[in-house]
Amino acid sequence: MPRLLRGLKYGTKPLNFEEHLAQWGPMYLHNGEGILAEVEASGLLGHGGASFPVGIKWRAIKSQRRRSIVVANGSEGEPASAKDALLLMRAPHLVLDGAVAAAGALDATRVVLYTGAMHVGAVSAALAQRQRAGVDPVKIEVATAPEAFVAGQETAVVGALNGKSGAIPLYSGIHSIRERGVSGRPTLVQNVETLAHVALIARYGAQWFRSLGSSDSPGTMLLSVTGRWSETVVVEAAYTTPMREILGLTPSEIAHFQGANLGGYGGSWVSMKTLMSLTLSESVARDANATLGASIVILLPRDVCPVSEVARVAHYMRDEGAGQCGPCVNGLAEIADLLGGIVNVAARRRKPAQVGDFLELCNLVEGRGACRHPDGVARFVRSAISVFDSHFNEHFHSSPCAQAGSYGVLPLPAPNHRRMVSTSRGAK
Amino acid sequence: MSEWHLKIVVDPIKCDGRGVCHELFPEWISLDKWGFPIISEGDIPAEFFDHAQRAVNECPRLALHLLERMETRR
Repeated sequence: MPRLLRGLKYGTKPLNFEEHLAQWGPMYLHNGEGILAEVEASGLLGHGGASFPVGIKWRAIKSQRRRSIVVANGSEGEPASAKDALLLMRAPHLVLDGAVAAAGALDATRVVLYTGAMHVGAVSAALAQRQRAGVDPVKIEVATAPEAFVAGQETAVVGALNGKSGAIPLYSGIHSIRERGVSGRPTLVQNVETLAHVALIARYGAQWFRSLGSSDSPGTMLLSVTGRWSETVVVEAAYTTPMREILGLTPSEIAHFQGANLGGYGGSWVSMKTLMSLTLSESVARDANATLGASIVILLPRDVCPVSEVARVAHYMRDEGAGQCGPCVNGLAEIADLLGGIVNVAARRRKPAQVGDFLELCNLVEGRGACRHPDGVARFVRSAISVFDSHFNEHFHSSPCAQAGSYGVLPLPAPNHRRMVSTSRGAK
Repeated sequence: MSEWHLKIVVDPIKCDGRGVCHELFPEWISLDKWGFPIISEGDIPAEFFDHAQRAVNECPRLALHLLERMETRR
């Protein structure tokens, strides 16, 4: 069954170009309209967090009837996500094939692969192999993304490639990047996993792609799973696969966990019961008031304090905002402060926050930033309070839990992680 | 017959929470506890079009935009 992960080598070495061709065969790029039609027919959904139909996105850019820019987005900002890194380090030619196919379909003048410094070497080596083989009709550039949570936000990507330093989302209420992006051109910012799927669709076609998954959610997807095994594991599964099949937990193992995060730090918390009832599908997740988000699952064991964990992440998310929008700067700071105030009950100086205070703040920040960063935090915090309600109640009503402030299990970058510098605006 | 539909949106990056918009158009724009605008949902009623235009014109940061669309009925 594996598609993207088929033929990966044991260990950490990537497939080189010869091995990649031996595995998949060559990709013949017929005409651009042909690839576009095939991607539309495939029903491929984006893997950058929005699950947006790729064919629709491409057609919207093609309709601009101007030459475009294609950006392969490999700047994986969510700490618990490992799927894009895996592809870039182990199967870079799938990503690069997909980028070339997109460039043909959208008549691109430039193709850029945008990724963190730790992947630039591997990608550059793969590009050198392709240059020696002389296969690509376009030149692919590599650009380095800063290490920041919002670096992969599509307008931040465009801003960076237009020369802005840091990772700063831009306002897109008037013009979207599909009209005016890098160098003022219609720009496609597409996640690297999505492009890897395109590489296979370009070879085997839409019907082949649709032979797994469902008609609404065709194909396979990569999922980063933390807490189930001893380290974060990237799993490939067909859409509509039951989550219980992917995780393979016995009932007594399930009982070891008190809840799960689905979608990452901009996603939501669900109970283990809900998680086990889900199948891999964005619409099924939405029906359960959740989202696949950044294709992340994190299982939270029973012996940690969920309030402490959520507080840690909330502080990180506050620090990772671009600092541009008043409601986000102020709102995320207050949410983090209030959470900190209920973690360590003994250190509290004033009356503890209550549920209503959090819900009010979450409502106040949603939809009021230039990007969806505050919306993600609101969803993350609101769902945590709901799923871990009895534990939060303990903290609200001032009896400390035994594990409060214990060492964190939710992955965050190392303490010396350098946050991008941005101007702080709007805080009153 | 044709109808203009008008929405007002704020660029949250430009907005500094000065509050002039609220002063000029309190029917539609209120301020949150930090001084940033909360704009009502939906199309602005026609009797307020001039207030909306004034708010857009007077914003010290030029952070407000009017989104116009015309719907024609036959």
